[in-house]
Amino acid sequence: MTATPTSSSRSYPAGGEAFPHKDLIGIAPLAPWQILYLLDEAEQWVKLNRSPLKHNDALAGLTIINAFFENSTRTLLSFEIAGKRLGADVVNMHAATSSVKKGETLIDTATTLNAMRADAIVIRHASSGATQLIADKVACPVLNAGDGQHEHPTQALLDALTLRDWLRSGACPVAKEEFVGLKIVICGDIRHSRVARSNILLLTALGAEVRVCAPPALMPYDIERMRVTPFTDFNQAIDGVDVVMMLRIQMERMSGPFIPSAREYRHLFGLTPERLKLAAPHALVMHPGPMNRGVEIDSSVADMLERSAITRQVEMGVALRMACLDVLTRRVRGVEGWGAPL
Amino acid sequence: MMPRQPLTITGGQILSGDGPPAPGAIRCERDRIVAVGDLSAQDGDRTLDAKGKIVMPGIIDLGVFEIDKPAFHFGGITRAALMPDQPPPLDYPARVRFAASYGKPDFWVHPIAAATRGLKGEELPELALMQEAGARAVSSGRQWIADSGTMFRVLQYAAMLGLPFISHAEDAGLAGDAVATQGEIATRQGLPSAPSEAETLAIMRDLTLAEIAGAHLHIRQVTTKGGLDLVRKAKARGVNVTCGVTPAHFMLSDVATAGFLTFTRLSPPLRSEDDRKAVREALADGTIDVVASGHDPRGPEDKRLPFADAAPGMAGAETLLPLTLSLVRDGVIDMARMAQLLCVNPARILGVEAGRLVEGYEADIAVIDADRPWIVDSDRMAAQAGNTPFDKQPVQGRAIALFKGGMEIED
Repeated sequence: MTATPTSSSRSYPAGGEAFPHKDLIGIAPLAPWQILYLLDEAEQWVKLNRSPLKHNDALAGLTIINAFFENSTRTLLSFEIAGKRLGADVVNMHAATSSVKKGETLIDTATTLNAMRADAIVIRHASSGATQLIADKVACPVLNAGDGQHEHPTQALLDALTLRDWLRSGACPVAKEEFVGLKIVICGDIRHSRVARSNILLLTALGAEVRVCAPPALMPYDIERMRVTPFTDFNQAIDGVDVVMMLRIQMERMSGPFIPSAREYRHLFGLTPERLKLAAPHALVMHPGPMNRGVEIDSSVADMLERSAITRQVEMGVALRMACLDVLTRRVRGVEGWGAPL
Repeated sequence: MMPRQPLTITGGQILSGDGPPAPGAIRCERDRIVAVGDLSAQDGDRTLDAKGKIVMPGIIDLGVFEIDKPAFHFGGITRAALMPDQPPPLDYPARVRFAASYGKPDFWVHPIAAATRGLKGEELPELALMQEAGARAVSSGRQWIADSGTMFRVLQYAAMLGLPFISHAEDAGLAGDAVATQGEIATRQGLPSAPSEAETLAIMRDLTLAEIAGAHLHIRQVTTKGGLDLVRKAKARGVNVTCGVTPAHFMLSDVATAGFLTFTRLSPPLRSEDDRKAVREALADGTIDVVASGHDPRGPEDKRLPFADAAPGMAGAETLLPLTLSLVRDGVIDMARMAQLLCVNPARILGVEAGRLVEGYEADIAVIDADRPWIVDSDRMAAQAGNTPFDKQPVQGRAIALFKGGMEIED
C-alpha cells in the first residue's frame, strides 16, 4: 500500500467534512482526497447496478432537475437513470431545442428552478462558467454536466473510476491500485474540450503522468502550465503509455477551419490498431463518446473486448453520478453528521 | 440666463497643464478664465478656498460609449469624446449634431464620427459634413477595418480634413471570437482566446497605412508590450501617432478574470502581468499620451451572463481620476504628466481649446482632493450601471468641486 494517507479508502474526515462543497462545478476546486472520496462512494452503486433489483430509496421525495441548454443524449440519460435508481423524482428540461435566447433566460431559468424548489440541479451549457453563474443564484446543489470548454467533472470522475477498477484488476503491471506513475495520453481536440481539462486536472492531481496530443490549432496555449506534456506527433505521444484516452472531434472542425479533412485527421491522429501497438502491451483504450468511428478511433480498436474500456466508462458513469447526487444532497436530506445546507 | 457672478478660487495648488502644481489662484468671468497666478478675489466675486487642494482643468475623457453625466461629474470630467458605436452609429451628420449638443450646458460632448457607414468597414460616410456638425475625430469604434484598402482610403480622407483617426488595435481575423488573451488563465477557464499579437499586427498595419496617408493615428488603447514598442519606435521616427490606455490595463492582468467575473470582460481583453508592467513603463516614459475611462456602463442584462456571452466594457468614469492618481503615488508619473494624460493631450488630439488653465480658455475647472480615501462600490455608483472591475477596492482622490464654463456643477 502507498503511504499517502489521503489516497487510501475509508480514511476521510467524519460526516460532511468529507466533502465540504455545496456544488460540483469542476475538478479544480477538489482536493485529491475529495476526488477519491467520490470514487469510493461510487463503488456501492457499481455493485447495486450489477444486481437484478437496481433500486435504492436514498433520494426518495427529492426533485432533481436536469437542465440541459446544450444537446446531449448519453450524459442526460446517465444522470436521469442515476437519479431514478436512487428514488428521486427526475425532471428533464431541454432548453437547447427551444428558441431560448441565451443569457437573460439563463439567470431567469435559474431563479425559476430555484422557486420550484429543486433539490439538485444538473446543468449543461455551451458557455464556460455558466454552471457557476447558476450555482451562485440557487440554494440547492448544482452539478456541472459540462460548461462550454471549461469542465465536465463527472466525466473525469467516471473515467477515474473506470481506470481504478482496471488498475485493481491487476491488468496494469505498472501501477497496482493508485494512479501514481501511470502514463496516460489524451489525444484530440484539447483546445475545445472540457473533458480534457477535467481529466488533466484530476489525473495530475492523483499523480499520473499526462501527455496531450493535438494539432497546434486544437492545442490550448500554455497547456504545459497544467502539468502535462504537449505533443503534436501522436506516434511519439502514444509511445509506451498505459492508457490512451481519445476525444471526440467535432465534424464541423474537420472541414477546413481547423483540420483539412477527416481522412487527414485519421492519418495523423486516429487511433488505429497499428498505432495502438506503440503503446504498452497492456494499454487501455478510453473514449468519452460518442465516437466518430473511422476518424479518431478505428472500429477494430473501439470494439477490442480486452483493451477497450468504452462501454465500462458508460457503466461507471451511472454509478459515479449516483454517488455525486447522493453526496451532494446529504445536507438537504439531513443525513447525520452532514449539517445544514451550505 | 442670469449674469454669472465672477469666481475666484484661491489657496490651492494650480495644476495648469503646463508644469508642476504651483501655489496660486484662478479668476473666471462668465464662462472664461480671465487670470491665473498670483491674484486675489475682486469685490463681488464668489470665492472658493481650495486650501490643500489641487485646482486642475476639467478632465477630457477621450473615448466613451455613453453620455452618463452623473458619473462624469463625479469623476471630475467636463468633456468627453463619444465613440461612434451608438445605436444607431454616428455615421450621419444629424446624429453627430445631436450628440454634440446632447450634454450642454454642463457637459460637453465631442462626437467621434464613424469611419465607415454603419461601422461595417465598407463605405465612407459623409465625414466632412459630420465634421461641420461637430465631429472631432474619425473612428472604427470597437472594431477593426479588415480591408486594408478601405482603411487606407478612410485615413487619406481623414488626413485631408485634419481629423485624427482613432483606431481599435485588434486584428479581427486573429482575434476571432476571443474574449480573453491566450495564456494559462484562459486555458484553465476554457475561454476562447487569442494571442496578444493580434494587437501588434493591427498596430503594424495601421501605422504603415497612416504614415503613407499622412494621417494622425490615435490608438485608443495599447495594452501589450509589443504594441507599445511599435508606437515608441514610430514616435522616434517622427510618425504622427498618439495612443492611450484605460486604468484597467495598468491596474489589472488576466488573473483578475479568474472565476468568470464579467466585470473584467473588456475589449481588448486583460493581458498578461508582463504586459501590464509594460503599460506602466510606457506611461512613465511618455509613449502613452492619454488615459481615458472607456466609460461603458452595462446593466445585468449585458453582464449577468456567462463570461463569453457578456458584453465587454466597464463603467470607468468615476475611477479614472483616483486610479491615475495612484500612478502618481506609486512614482510612475508626476502630477504634471497626469494633467497631460487626462487633460492636455486629449484636448490637443481633439483640437479643442480646453484642457489647460490659461487666460481666455473655457472655465472648465476641477478642484480635487488628491488624498481623499473612498471605496469603489458597484452597488452605489453615480454611473448608469456599476460594472466596475475595481469593486470594493479602496482608492484615493476625488473631485470636490467641478465647474463647466464657469458654472458650478451641483451633485
